[in-house]
Amino acid sequence: MSMQNPTVTGRSESLLATNQLIRNTYLMLSLTLVWSAAMAGVAMWMNVPNWISLVAMFGSMALIWFVLPRTANSSAGLLTVFAITGLMGLGLGPTINYYLHMEGGDQIVMTALGGTGAIFFALSAYALTTRRDFSFMGGFLMVGMIVVLLAMLGNLFFHLPALSMALSAAVILLMSGFILYDTSRMVNGGADNYLMMTVSLYLNIYNIFVSLLNLLGASRD
Amino acid sequence: MDWMKIMSAIFIVVMLVFLWPRAGQMLRESRKGSSSEWLVVVLLLLGVAGFVAFLMHGMSAKPI
Repeated sequence: MSMQNPTVTGRSESLLATNQLIRNTYLMLSLTLVWSAAMAGVAMWMNVPNWISLVAMFGSMALIWFVLPRTANSSAGLLTVFAITGLMGLGLGPTINYYLHMEGGDQIVMTALGGTGAIFFALSAYALTTRRDFSFMGGFLMVGMIVVLLAMLGNLFFHLPALSMALSAAVILLMSGFILYDTSRMVNGGADNYLMMTVSLYLNIYNIFVSLLNLLGASRD
Repeated sequence: MDWMKIMSAIFIVVMLVFLWPRAGQMLRESRKGSSSEWLVVVLLLLGVAGFVAFLMHGMSAKPI
């Protein structure tokens, strides 16, 4: 006769699935960050023009919206994630080159890299160790994202440096909120696909890095 | 206005079109956070803001 308690077995299976999701997501995130950095290096070395950056962004967003949801549960999803992060890395090349050509540009890029890592590790560690549920932030973060996008659209026409800095600061805070929200979804349920989680966390890191570059570049000026 | 700006504007508009329904859905389906939960978020984000301000100060203070 089996002595197993179905409730205990169910809970341990759920815990196992959560731990596997977290492990797979962070492993995949590390691989995609290295891959993306390599693609950014290639773009910098080839000195690709700015329009390539925009085309890469369009391509990666199309993959995120139309291809990833259909392939996330198959092996093709892996290729899609590498294509997305590779394109985004390629698009980052001209931006990094621009900052590297500024006076003290290497310090700006290295500080942005270190700062992004510190923010990501601190917030992820907090959400993972406390296991707090940040699911209540979802609506607030999405509305914040829409407000920021509308302000960015306006600033394309008005070119206000102060607004550009304020938007970069707002993006850093929003993406920090998304790190808490996404990590909490992995720990407390609400997310079950490590490829989707990898892309979500990758986008958070990417946006924090680009916004930090903008803020640090402006403060050096 | 050069075509890069036009393309950037199109990119942002496309993002808005895709995010708008998602935002509405998340607003409806998200649970309400208590004031203590929001306080934790505010403190964490203040920590991030302070850290970024520290990095910016360090960057502007460096001798050229």
